[in-house]
Amino acid sequence: MTINTIGRHFREGGKNVIRNGWMTFASVSSIAISLLILGLFLILSLNVNYLSQQIEKQVEIKVFLQTNVNDETRTAIQSSIQAMPDISKLTYVSKEQGLVELRQRMGENGKAFLEGLDGENNPLNDAFTVEVKEPRQVAQTAEKIQALNDGKNPAPILRVSYGKGTVEQLFKITSIIRNIGLFLVACLALTAMFLISNTIKLTIMARNREIKIMKLVGATNGFIRWPFFIEGALLGIFGSILPVAALTYGYWELMNSVTLNTSVLMVKFKPFLEIVYPVAGLLIGIGLVIGIWGSTISVRKYLKV
Amino acid sequence: MIEMQDVWKTYPDGTHAVRGIDLKVNANEFVYVVGPSGAGKSTFMKMIYREERPTKGQIFVNGFNLEKLKPRKIPYVRRNIGVIFQDFRLLPKLTVYENIAFAMEAIEAPKKLIKKRTLEVLDLVGLKNKVASLPTQLSGGEQQRVAIARAIVNNPAVIIADEPTGNLDPETSWGIMNLLEEINYRGTTIIMATHNKEIVNTIRKRVIAIEKGVIVRDQARGDYGYDD
Ligand SMILES: Nc1ncnc2c1ncn2[C@@H]1O[C@H](COP(=O)(O)OP(=O)(O)OP(=O)(O)O)[C@@H](O)[C@H]1O
Ligand SMILES: [Mg+2]
Repeated sequence: MTINTIGRHFREGGKNVIRNGWMTFASVSSIAISLLILGLFLILSLNVNYLSQQIEKQVEIKVFLQTNVNDETRTAIQSSIQAMPDISKLTYVSKEQGLVELRQRMGENGKAFLEGLDGENNPLNDAFTVEVKEPRQVAQTAEKIQALNDGKNPAPILRVSYGKGTVEQLFKITSIIRNIGLFLVACLALTAMFLISNTIKLTIMARNREIKIMKLVGATNGFIRWPFFIEGALLGIFGSILPVAALTYGYWELMNSVTLNTSVLMVKFKPFLEIVYPVAGLLIGIGLVIGIWGSTISVRKYLKV
Repeated sequence: MIEMQDVWKTYPDGTHAVRGIDLKVNANEFVYVVGPSGAGKSTFMKMIYREERPTKGQIFVNGFNLEKLKPRKIPYVRRNIGVIFQDFRLLPKLTVYENIAFAMEAIEAPKKLIKKRTLEVLDLVGLKNKVASLPTQLSGGEQQRVAIARAIVNNPAVIIADEPTGNLDPETSWGIMNLLEEINYRGTTIIMATHNKEIVNTIRKRVIAIEKGVIVRDQARGDYGYDD
């Protein structure tokens, strides 16, 4: 293939996009609409995912120490926990500090209830708050911490708690949500592919005359295929740029306008760029693949003459 | 130039369109193909440029055995054959110039040559003043002349014309015939199916009559021979 011919294929591909005005419009809008819906869903599911990650991150282990534990034992336990691989953060909460936090949490209601519990009367225990790197491993990590009691008499750890039961439930729900999201996105992507390739098939069917004449004058299959290939790619790009632009703009606006409420709702949106890159990448990728695939497949049918 | 050896064609629906044709056409001949409707004329012609393939038998074009040719090579054999249809088959969205240049682009001819040669054949068919028109803006005779220009632009050795005057009034038909004669005179073999008695009986050439898929008559400087 000469440079001249390559140039010709690109020119022809581009010209065809313009020449087949209505068909181009039909293909581009079918691509754009399908990808817009897919993109919306993708953003939704990415955010649900993000939210469930946020919730999972809040899972932590509380390690309560016996009241009679001395400083030396306490430091030993602290460094044993610290040495475990899955630990991301370890904080010591003394019983005095615990009381302050409790008062804060209970506010007015707790005022009378918590009165006179300072100093010697403090019923709380010294404790560690442990955050883990992998929330799904929390049960194992808790067990390991509990095991620090083994072989020691008296046992220094009173209780290890991480919301057993509740945490498992939470993980089950978040993974169901994630899987449903993934499933829906996959279904939508397939539907979009079907819709789009069908439209492209129609646009090419309308041009089998052209292909037939090219074949009759002795054009090679490769020569006929190229402009369609390029045209398909262009349709895919145009069709995906529109929804990407719309979604990017929409998400930007949404993040700017809802930030105030989010702190109240305890809901945070996934950061802008973390949405834009995967969504743009996926939509443009799908658009390109479908555009090229749809037109190549459809042309092939007419090349057999 | 063109040779058929015991060629048969049965369509997938069971229609026996051609049943055992043996034929030789030499370079530079002008051959009319006549016969009643449904006799198999178009099928016979389509097999020459391989739009249809024979169920049995061998076809040689310009020394190539079409049945033994690799699919990859087919385009190059087709470049030796120009085809003209009753319904012109121009591309409606391309101008006259583009319709013709298209045939040269399709075989990757050099750009300079495309322009020169396209204008040359447009001159030959007398449409130099219509380069920028679209097919819909032309009369039937003009459209057929564009189709002829497209068929000859790549200098094919053979032209296959299936009822090229079928859709034209008598006067325009004579114009097209003059053009084909001129092209034949310049060295191109022409095979033309027709139902036009007057033309066959006036411009005398070799006549092949096909009936029910077989050649029933092969006559040098023959006549039409039917009364339709
Ligand atoms: N694609 C096809 N599939 C099935 N049968 C076909 C096909 N094309 C042609 N035929 C049949 O084959 C026979 C020969 O048809 P063909 O077109 O070759 O005739 P023809 O001599 O060109 O007729 P006409 O003078 O009307 O153009 C006819 O019976 C026709 O119905
Ligand atoms: Mg016919």
